[in-house]
Amino acid sequence: MIDWEPLILTFKLATITTALLLLIAIPLAYKLAYSTSKLKPFIEALVSMPIVLPPTVIGFYLLVVFSPSSTFGNWLNQSVGLRLIFSFEGLVVASIIYSLPFMVHPIQSGFSNISTSLSEASYVLGKSKIRTLFYVLLPNIKTSILTGIVLSFAHTIGEFGVVLMIGGNIPGKTKVASIAIYDEVESLNYATANTYSLILFAITFSILVIVYLINGGYLKPLNK
Amino acid sequence: MIKLNIQKTLTAASGKMNLHVKTTIEKYSLVTLYGKSGAGKTSCLRIIAGLLTPDSGSIEVDGKLWTHIDNNINLPPQKRNIGFVFQDYALFPNMTVAENLRFALNKNQDKKIIHELIEIFELGDLQFKKPETLSGGQKQRVALARSLVQKPSILMLDEPLSALDYEIRHKLQHYILQVHKEYKLTTILISHDISEILRMSDKVIELNQGKVVKQGTPDTVFNYKEFSGNIQLTGIVIAIQKQDFLYILTLQIGKDIVKVVANENEGENLFIGDTVILASQAFNPVIHKIG
Repeated sequence: MIDWEPLILTFKLATITTALLLLIAIPLAYKLAYSTSKLKPFIEALVSMPIVLPPTVIGFYLLVVFSPSSTFGNWLNQSVGLRLIFSFEGLVVASIIYSLPFMVHPIQSGFSNISTSLSEASYVLGKSKIRTLFYVLLPNIKTSILTGIVLSFAHTIGEFGVVLMIGGNIPGKTKVASIAIYDEVESLNYATANTYSLILFAITFSILVIVYLINGGYLKPLNK
Repeated sequence: MIKLNIQKTLTAASGKMNLHVKTTIEKYSLVTLYGKSGAGKTSCLRIIAGLLTPDSGSIEVDGKLWTHIDNNINLPPQKRNIGFVFQDYALFPNMTVAENLRFALNKNQDKKIIHELIEIFELGDLQFKKPETLSGGQKQRVALARSLVQKPSILMLDEPLSALDYEIRHKLQHYILQVHKEYKLTTILISHDISEILRMSDKVIELNQGKVVKQGTPDTVFNYKEFSGNIQLTGIVIAIQKQDFLYILTLQIGKDIVKVVANENEGENLFIGDTVILASQAFNPVIHKIG
């Protein structure tokens, strides 16, 4: 029987990361979609960096910044008692940064594709920006939000380099499925590695199929 | 009364254009902004609605300043109590027709107005439908109804009828005139269609390259009075044929195609796409009932 802990940890990490990302990405994507600021290209580039950078680079810098021997890491540790190195909390923070573009991009393009006359119509009807966001904009970009949720979730499941750099390999704390697979292969336990891999493969594949089914309009009721 | 004096530099496809509109609009009148595409009509309407901020100038409505750039006053669209009908109707796709109307309600506003508007615009059968299932004319009726839910004092329509075919257009003109009178509105609309303007408007403001070139009653703006014919129709030239010393013009008047003869002087100055008035003086019509 395999040890289920790494898999449970993986899905716990992915769920928490996705939920927090949604809260961060909606205001960020809204700002980016409607901003005309000169800073916008720089922020967009920063958000997209995790797509092009090797995960180890992000992991390395996070390690440097969060390490208790750095000023910031020390301050975090002293003031809030938060240690982000080799801890589950650290993995959540790293995953949020690492999966940020996968949540922000679909939502931002959702906002940009909505005709501006919809929000203008709402403003003319006396509705505030917040009300317009929740009652007009978000309901009409449901598929974009869903795409963002699923991609971030799946992407967090597939994380390896960042986790290895900043989380290490602590069972029950930071040993997620992708690390466990690497571990088992290193110890020549191919059968266990295969079980983990198959489970991850099947789950991520199903998730992506569902997204494409919904976005392709095969599951009509959800597409409204 | 609306006192308008606004200025804004617009970036259009043809380069920069300076929009400068100075005019007054009487209370309860129906005013049409007329002019070629790119003349600044929509921008002018959007500025009045607060969706676009002018570079300088002021907008005063019934003694209240909506915009005064020098004094840093520019009310947001939320505070102007206007009805606005967008060219693409801007119905919320996630809501049914009735929900679109209900969304427009003010806090604590009586829902009676919704039933009243559903009645006026004959939306009873459509109220549970989503906008994507409606035809253009139906969408326009919903957009018009929605813009009136808050009982605005000013109604603005951005080319409300241009995308619709002739019969539906006629019906909607009727709706607009009806609510204009019934709800005591000051109505500002954009139109290209001279016969529509003649039928509906109290005043026309003609814009060209961002400037007011003519304004006044439709009669004066389109020199309508020059013709004292018994019958006057407006149409669009769709073909010009030269035959000896005469021109044969093919005109589209409403949905009908009419061929008429023009002399050399008249024919030489006409081009395909021109809007013309067809007037006949010695007039002896044959009227034949067909339906």
